[in-house]
Amino acid sequence: MDKQTILQVYETMLTIRKFEEKALHLFEENKLRGSVHLSIGQEAVAAVVGAYLRDKDYITSTHRGHGHAIAKGARPDKAMAELMGRETGYCGGRGGSMHIADVEKGNLGANAIVGGGIPHANGAALSAQLRGTDQVAVSFFGDGAANEGIFHETLNIASIWKLPVIFICENNQYGMTTAVDSVTSVKDIAVRAAGYDMPGEVVDGNDVFAMEKAVKKAIKRAQDGEGPTLIEAKTYRWKGHWTGDPEVYRTRDEVEEWKTKCPIKRLEKHMQDKKILSLEQIEATHTKIDKLIDEAEEFALSSPDPDPATVLDNVYYEGDK
Amino acid sequence: MSRKKYSVAIRDVIAEEMRSDPSVFVMGEDIGALGGVFGCTRDLQKEFGKNRVRDTPIAEAGYVGTGIGAALTGMRPILDFMYLDFVYVAMDQLLNQAAKLRYMYGGRATLPLVVRGQQGIGRGNAGTHSQSVEAFFTHIPGFKVAMPSTASDAAGLLRTAIRDNNPVMFIEHKALYASSEEVPDDPNFAIPFGKAAVRRQGKDVTIIATSLMVGRALEAAEALSKEGIEAEVIDPRTLLPLDLDTMLKSIEKTGRAVVVHEAHKNNGVGAEIASQIMEAGFKFLDAPVVRLGAKACTLPFSLVLENAVVPGVDDIHEAAKQVCYK
Repeated sequence: MDKQTILQVYETMLTIRKFEEKALHLFEENKLRGSVHLSIGQEAVAAVVGAYLRDKDYITSTHRGHGHAIAKGARPDKAMAELMGRETGYCGGRGGSMHIADVEKGNLGANAIVGGGIPHANGAALSAQLRGTDQVAVSFFGDGAANEGIFHETLNIASIWKLPVIFICENNQYGMTTAVDSVTSVKDIAVRAAGYDMPGEVVDGNDVFAMEKAVKKAIKRAQDGEGPTLIEAKTYRWKGHWTGDPEVYRTRDEVEEWKTKCPIKRLEKHMQDKKILSLEQIEATHTKIDKLIDEAEEFALSSPDPDPATVLDNVYYEGDK
Repeated sequence: MSRKKYSVAIRDVIAEEMRSDPSVFVMGEDIGALGGVFGCTRDLQKEFGKNRVRDTPIAEAGYVGTGIGAALTGMRPILDFMYLDFVYVAMDQLLNQAAKLRYMYGGRATLPLVVRGQQGIGRGNAGTHSQSVEAFFTHIPGFKVAMPSTASDAAGLLRTAIRDNNPVMFIEHKALYASSEEVPDDPNFAIPFGKAAVRRQGKDVTIIATSLMVGRALEAAEALSKEGIEAEVIDPRTLLPLDLDTMLKSIEKTGRAVVVHEAHKNNGVGAEIASQIMEAGFKFLDAPVVRLGAKACTLPFSLVLENAVVPGVDDIHEAAKQVCYK
């Protein structure tokens, strides 16, 4: 990974982390309602993928999707406004945290049905193939989705049609409150790739360089017309499934141990060791992102609510094609 | 004009739209070499190749979801369902995804998607291959729903569906595929959605019928005529949008209405139509609106039982006399 990309990945990870810490804070202050699923601890996966995709490439995301959106270029202010249901948010307050989309930027949307967005990435990849472009599509989903039928149907279709799609399973160890190993037939979800005759790779999802290697290989394979790849990124969410999760299903020790594998701290240490950024520059980056997130909060809080007179807008596309 | 079967009219419109718009393509089960169980995609793969006439695995949710992704990114997929009963296998993708994405994304996504296939009685296919699914798609906002009852309407409505930028549920009927009539040759022949067809003029009672029931309503109207009752038969053609105006104009004249569909009467589209008529046209009514639909049981296999479940010509005849107090 070149220096510029390292810095980009680092800033993206920090933006995701601080965006979500802010969202949690605002939720606790009752300034934000609904479901807010945080990906704190998992930022490396989204940030690395985002760094290697172009604007014209596609992603589909999940209910835990703030990181994916930001990594694909979403502005924190418009994303925060959506979390607050404001008119200025990405979906004009119609979708909320679980449905942030920015189709023009290739983000085909977060999806609140587990596994619901996986085939949409297939379709975007099919579209690219039919149109003869070199675009690729990435589908992010969790370990829980790998037990949904739609995951299996989608991988089979992607394989038979050699679609330029990359399936990225963020295995954060729990489907809501249920440990992945108690409900999954295999230790590594990546081995399921074999059933669909595509490469499957287990990656340390908290290591940006391990992710880089796997993602680059999968993009090349997709663009070379060889078809899909399944990447299982082993990672961990530090926070509960939702804000307010009593977390009775895991121990504090387990959470603390995973915190020692923080992808951001790891990259900060690497950058200092390799003299890419000094401690002072790291601190300055934190300050810069803090400011960005504070501005996002301010933008969202000062944005108007949607006008109830517009509630029926956009049920249908109006007019001719 | 050319005389065409309903199934051929559909096939020809798909071919014409594929010729004029490279973003249109078809996906579904057994549509390639076979050309579909009912011939609606016959020879299309020969002309357009395997990329644009794409046989899918038997994985309805998978190919509907794939179609959604293609529609979001500039393509105009037509998703072929051999039997519309199979939509239940793909309901999350249809009703949680296709119907809702545009709205949930604040209008920043467009889904030009046609889901088409056949439903209904007529082949002894029993409960999971003979039912009518339209009510699911009129209940959840997001789909438009078309139900052509003739070959020409099938052609004109399908062209509108393919050119529409919304998800469209295009509901054909297996028992109508062999019916034929003159169909315009104009490759731009299109029937707008939300325009009902008055199939027969009459002054005494309005019969609103969909799909296969249109023919039965017309038969009942002939019998009624012999008894001095002139029935007006209206085919809404699309259920969403629904042309209430044409129905109300008729009811203003007749003062009486029967709504008949093949789907279950309970919680069916007929209930919605009857309610809309009463909300907007109570002052015109001389009798309560009567609904006819399938009895509240699974569609049975036996022909005798199937006929006992779905409204027949005699049932429509009786209902029309009932609202005329005769």
